[in-house]
Amino acid sequence: MRAHDIGSSPWTRNARVAVFYIVATTLSVFMFLPFFWSLMTSVKPDEEIFSLPIRWLPSTITFEHYVNAFQTVPFALYFWNSFFLATMGVLTNLFFGSLSGYAFAKLRFRLNKPIFTILLAALMIPGVVTMIPSFYVLKHLPLLGGNDWFGHGGNGLINSFWGVILPGASGSFAVFFMRQFFLTLPSDMMEMARIEGAGEFRIFWRIYLPLTKPALATLGIFTFQAGWNAFLWPMIVLNDPAKHTIQMGLQAFSYNYQTDYGPMMAGALVAVLPILILFLFLQRYFTQGIAFSGIKG
Amino acid sequence: MSSRKKLGRHEARTAYLFITPTMLLFTVFTVVPVVMALYLSFTDYDVLNRMNWIGLDNYERLLRDDLYWQTFKNVLYYAVVFVPLNIVISLSIAMLLNRAGIGVKLFRTAAYLPTLTSAVAAATVWLWMLHPEYGLVNALLGYLGITGPAWLAQTNTAMLSIVMVTLWQTVGSNMIIYLAGLQGVPEYMYESARLEGANRFQCFLYITWPQLKPTTFLVSTMAIIGALQLFDQAFVLTQGGPANATKTPVYLIYQQGFNQLQMGYASAQAFVLALFILVFSILNMRISKSDESFV
Repeated sequence: MRAHDIGSSPWTRNARVAVFYIVATTLSVFMFLPFFWSLMTSVKPDEEIFSLPIRWLPSTITFEHYVNAFQTVPFALYFWNSFFLATMGVLTNLFFGSLSGYAFAKLRFRLNKPIFTILLAALMIPGVVTMIPSFYVLKHLPLLGGNDWFGHGGNGLINSFWGVILPGASGSFAVFFMRQFFLTLPSDMMEMARIEGAGEFRIFWRIYLPLTKPALATLGIFTFQAGWNAFLWPMIVLNDPAKHTIQMGLQAFSYNYQTDYGPMMAGALVAVLPILILFLFLQRYFTQGIAFSGIKG
Repeated sequence: MSSRKKLGRHEARTAYLFITPTMLLFTVFTVVPVVMALYLSFTDYDVLNRMNWIGLDNYERLLRDDLYWQTFKNVLYYAVVFVPLNIVISLSIAMLLNRAGIGVKLFRTAAYLPTLTSAVAAATVWLWMLHPEYGLVNALLGYLGITGPAWLAQTNTAMLSIVMVTLWQTVGSNMIIYLAGLQGVPEYMYESARLEGANRFQCFLYITWPQLKPTTFLVSTMAIIGALQLFDQAFVLTQGGPANATKTPVYLIYQQGFNQLQMGYASAQAFVLALFILVFSILNMRISKSDESFV
């Protein structure tokens, strides 16, 4: 109980609680309204979507808009593409991020501090400045995608999933995040294992990595959400319609079928569903990531 | 002594091996592109033809490019509306929900839920919410006897619509940051203020607000950086229109580079934008370094 409440009568205290619940409920209802409204729209028959005055609830529930959305555009394929890209992002960032985070936190080498400082400073470089040259680099990577030794002749990794996966495969943020966690672990386990003759990778993989599970969960969720929601970079790299992501598919749908609000809402809900499900099961890891991401900017 | 040295060398070799993949990717996709962005901004690279060195031409052109500076004005307007509202709303929600009690967790979840949506999905849903005739926003305004505008089609409300969507999407995570900040304000300060007869408003003005200054600063710089990089919402909701009222710098750079293929000029535009962003990133880095709770 707050210091404020000491000495106030039970009546004012009850009134205060009542006001709190009224305000908090109103707020929650407003924040939830877009979810509610899109869900209702997605299951309403067409004539009830366009009715005046508006209808809050459908008279009958229909799933035709979902069927319609998935038949008009290959949403299932887009869903799978996004899932693949986001999962690859998680796996690569967890592995490379913890591998180098471990090196920066636990191993002594001369360039430790300078290299780490450079990585940290790179967190401040906005994506927009590397957007165009990264495209150039991907297009001209030697010996890939029909390119010759000098990176000419083909398209490199443009139009390939690797063009989305590789540039984000070991983000500075992942390295930084894992390093901070490894710093909290004691070093004597390493000494002991060395005396017993364990190899360095084994020490990392078998002894230290299992201790970082909570950090890996937080970073994994964070990375998955970023990968799933990514829009601009995949749009630049992936031109082939069969490689489009769910966000690209949804944008194209809302642009091309501007009045089909039923299927549009169905598509939007499908595009948020995986993150909502993740949140449902792993709630506490989400909020842990935010306080930390403050430094990411 | 010599075995110690040997161990040290062994350890260093392992370390370099472990950071190799990260450093390789970092070099190819960060170091090279940053250097190249600067180089490209002095050329007329257009993907199709050989690039020529054209000196400062792109930068000269940029200074006279009205549309480019218009996009800065647009995001400035966005930031002027967004940043204060963001602080007021997320701090209010945080203060409201900074207590124990039945249902508080549920209320926090409801406020946090929108942050899980992608910008594209959120914008798609709000496209429908803001429909002038059948949309929910104007229907609710109608209950109050107000005739709502054609939100996305009018130059004076289009940017406000984008503010509305991003506010809905971000106040939840800023609420969490503020909640962490509020929990760091020592309780004894309120107690002694109370003993001296301070009321709730005075407590807020003289204790809560000054104590949360670093948090507010952090939330604001993050919002400004976000504003300067605004793209997804503008792309989906308004396609930069009407009459370029919601065109953002990133949007323009994207079009210049990837639709018109003027990548040299777009690089110059990106470089100048990056300098603006960098100012706020450095401020942000400073403040989060001094505030231990975030690291």
